[in-house]
Amino acid sequence: MALANTILQRRNARAGPHEDGDEVRREPAAVRFLIVALAVAFLVVFLVLPLITVFQQAFMHGLWPYLAALVEPDAVAAIRLTLVVAAISVSLNLLFGLVAAWAIAKFDFPGKSVLITLIDLPFSVSPVIAGLVFVLLFGAQGYFGAFLQAHDIQILFALPGLVLATVFVTFPFVARELIPLMQEQGTQDEEAAISLGASGLQTFFRVTLPNVKWALLYGVLLCNARAMGEFGAVSVVSGHIRGETNTMPLHIEILYNEYQFTAAFAVASLLALLALVTLIAKVLLERRAAAE
Amino acid sequence: MKYRATMGAARPRLRRRPSVLPGFGITLGVTLTWLALIVLIPLAGLFLQTATLSFAEFWAIVTSRRALNAFKLSFGLSLVAAVINLVFGGLVAWALVRYQFPGRRLLDAIVDIPFALPTAVAGIALTTLFAENGWLGSVLALAGIKVAFTPLGILVALVFIGLPFVVRTVQPVLLDLDAELEEVAATLGASRWQTFTRVILPLVVPALLTGFALAFARAVGEYGSVIFIAGNLPNVSEIAPLLIMIRLEEFKYADATAIAVVMLIASFLILLAINRLQRWSELRTGRL
Amino acid sequence: MDIGIHNVTKRFGAFAALDNVDLEVRSGELVALLGPSGSGKTTLLRIIAGLEWPEQGRILFGGEDASERSVRERNVGFVFQHYALFRHLSVFENVAFGLRVRPRASRLRESELRERVERLLDLIQLRSIADRYPSQLSGGQRQRVALARALAIEPRVLLLDEPFGALDAKVRKELRRWLRNLHDNIHVTSVFVTHDQEEALEVADRVVVMDEGRIEQIGAPQDVYEEPATAFVHAFIGESIIIPVTVEKGAVLHAGKPTSLGAPDVQTGPARLFIRPYDVGIGMPVNAALQGTVQRLHGIGAARRVEILLADSDQTIEVDVPRAHEVTAGQRVGIVPLRYRVFADG
Repeated sequence: MALANTILQRRNARAGPHEDGDEVRREPAAVRFLIVALAVAFLVVFLVLPLITVFQQAFMHGLWPYLAALVEPDAVAAIRLTLVVAAISVSLNLLFGLVAAWAIAKFDFPGKSVLITLIDLPFSVSPVIAGLVFVLLFGAQGYFGAFLQAHDIQILFALPGLVLATVFVTFPFVARELIPLMQEQGTQDEEAAISLGASGLQTFFRVTLPNVKWALLYGVLLCNARAMGEFGAVSVVSGHIRGETNTMPLHIEILYNEYQFTAAFAVASLLALLALVTLIAKVLLERRAAAE
Repeated sequence: MKYRATMGAARPRLRRRPSVLPGFGITLGVTLTWLALIVLIPLAGLFLQTATLSFAEFWAIVTSRRALNAFKLSFGLSLVAAVINLVFGGLVAWALVRYQFPGRRLLDAIVDIPFALPTAVAGIALTTLFAENGWLGSVLALAGIKVAFTPLGILVALVFIGLPFVVRTVQPVLLDLDAELEEVAATLGASRWQTFTRVILPLVVPALLTGFALAFARAVGEYGSVIFIAGNLPNVSEIAPLLIMIRLEEFKYADATAIAVVMLIASFLILLAINRLQRWSELRTGRL
Repeated sequence: MDIGIHNVTKRFGAFAALDNVDLEVRSGELVALLGPSGSGKTTLLRIIAGLEWPEQGRILFGGEDASERSVRERNVGFVFQHYALFRHLSVFENVAFGLRVRPRASRLRESELRERVERLLDLIQLRSIADRYPSQLSGGQRQRVALARALAIEPRVLLLDEPFGALDAKVRKELRRWLRNLHDNIHVTSVFVTHDQEEALEVADRVVVMDEGRIEQIGAPQDVYEEPATAFVHAFIGESIIIPVTVEKGAVLHAGKPTSLGAPDVQTGPARLFIRPYDVGIGMPVNAALQGTVQRLHGIGAARRVEILLADSDQTIEVDVPRAHEVTAGQRVGIVPLRYRVFADG
């Protein structure tokens, strides 16, 4: 990509200053250079260098310590738990997103904007508070604490708690990708399908879903990245039981606090890779959507 | 992330006609139930829990020295971080939209990193980078500036996680800006600077402020990326979410809840402000 | 202020938007640049304004070379097709913009500025809505605000890009009379771009017809219409019947047969015969220039439109025949051009 950019750049550079129709809209070269330099420096310091640091630290002592950190039983357990939590949470939010988007985008009803705001709410709640609310509900002193203990049901410090906290923080991701797009597309296609004799579900699967597939995929990817990487909320409800309730981010925290930096960054590098894949997918999906 | 698009679509359309599409009742029912179960009831539980405290008790908790210092630190540094993001985010958006330079598309894609990178990973990476033996920390140490394990470190983390908001809200507005507006300003004799301050900036301000508010809201609640780099000294470098965490670990649920309620109310107020800004922004930049 | 355009060439990549264009606009004149889209008319207007630069050629303002002057220094009023009003400023502030951004030394006092702007608002008859914002105005009102804003800087030259293009038909007619009157009152040298011949012919003192980056003809509206200089102008302005013919030593042949029409100035070879639909007489087939068979008649009013299939070809032409003239479908008729032009191909 960088190479293509450079070639593109050269081609543009050949066009003289007066050749560009945008001449009037451009700043003096010195100003342009200064702005670009500042912007690039800012992005490099805050985004590029941290990213490089992750991989540099992970591979600092070579490939073997890196791999050893990943196949160590606690790490494997953390990876497995993260995958399970993410799979459940993303599925739930995917279903919810589709259902909510159908109701909100295809129908008119009073209080719609309030509903959308409420769906967005988890974005503005601190992850720690997201964890806290479930402790208050299901903890030993919580509203349902006694009931749960009596029936020997474990929610906190176990998989259900992790899933609940993760679903909460990733709640809006799929819905907010779908709703604007589906609103924009209106209801004509669906009405046409219904008038041609399609059932409601047929209409949804054959008309609505294909129309929003890229946005849906992007929403799922973002939701997944956040689900796998969630730290604060999960940290509150997990109990930090090694090999049992530690997800990857929690495992990273423990390793880091035990000064096992290489191991911590090795696990972190997997999540960083996931983030990069998500971003690349985003770019590809945007290109795809633009092409259609 | 598409804050602009969603908020814009949030306006109900005044089109009331019976729909031939099926499934309204069940989908709306499921949506409301699920929303209530996952989000509303748990949040309501938080407020209920505070209700078990008398107001005096509540007040004592949230105005204790340690809590006040934590609030000051969280809100104050979040504000500073949002201002930094306002300035540099605007600059980055401008550079990405207006100029061609090598690596532009790569940097454009990378802006979203803080959305996609887990906060714990960001936290340990920033700490390592800014520690006294880190790449940047060692350089800054020469100038006598200590970042990691100080409030400055918290600021760095908050700038990181708020970075995409301003860029991503301003970018589409800049892209959408009509070239003719600048051309007409030039024909009327405006200098480039006058065109910028009198024509471009007023049209971009709503988006800038929206991005600013979003970055601020995100920073206030941030936990994962901060705790590694912060040092976490009570009254000095202890953010409010961390204090909630500590109170929880001490089983002081009332204290944790009281602090959480203050933060939650602050978040709602910010959210309200963002919604207002969006409205204003649409009015102001609605195309002719 | 007169404008001189000398040998101006402008390329976008391999595409020549303007190819060696020469044009003189006299002081106080209202000139229309008329042509199809892609003919280079808007590019020429933007070059005059200083919004684009030519690869080659010079722009003179009042005999003085303006080529190196930036758009800010040229003091031209430019009205964009979609007006480009500042939507965050009121009507008053839109008009005042050019006065407020003047260098400090030449800036007006607030009272003078107010007076000047109000005078302009009176001129465009919009003083009562000075405090409104552009989004609250109708299309015609926006157009006038854009014009007042351009006039506020007392431009040496007024340039308008498709000034009526974004308006509906009725408002368009009103505004173009209004613009003509306004120009008669203030006499600022004006150039406007249009693809609408009716607009150009009605409003302009002179019309410049352009095609593919070149000027095809410059002349008064009447001349351009009556005496088209090229095949393009004949076809582009007004309705034309166009019949492929060949010219042999000044004689016009259709489908290889002599027609009794002459084209003494046209060189031998393939050519096209241009006739206005109302410049045709219908008579007996014998001895007429061309023959054909009436296919269909339609239309109401003073003249009927008659479709005639030309003999010896599969071309159908449409001519206007006075209602009094008896014609019936299926009838063989002779076609006599009363006025015609022949242009060699190529």
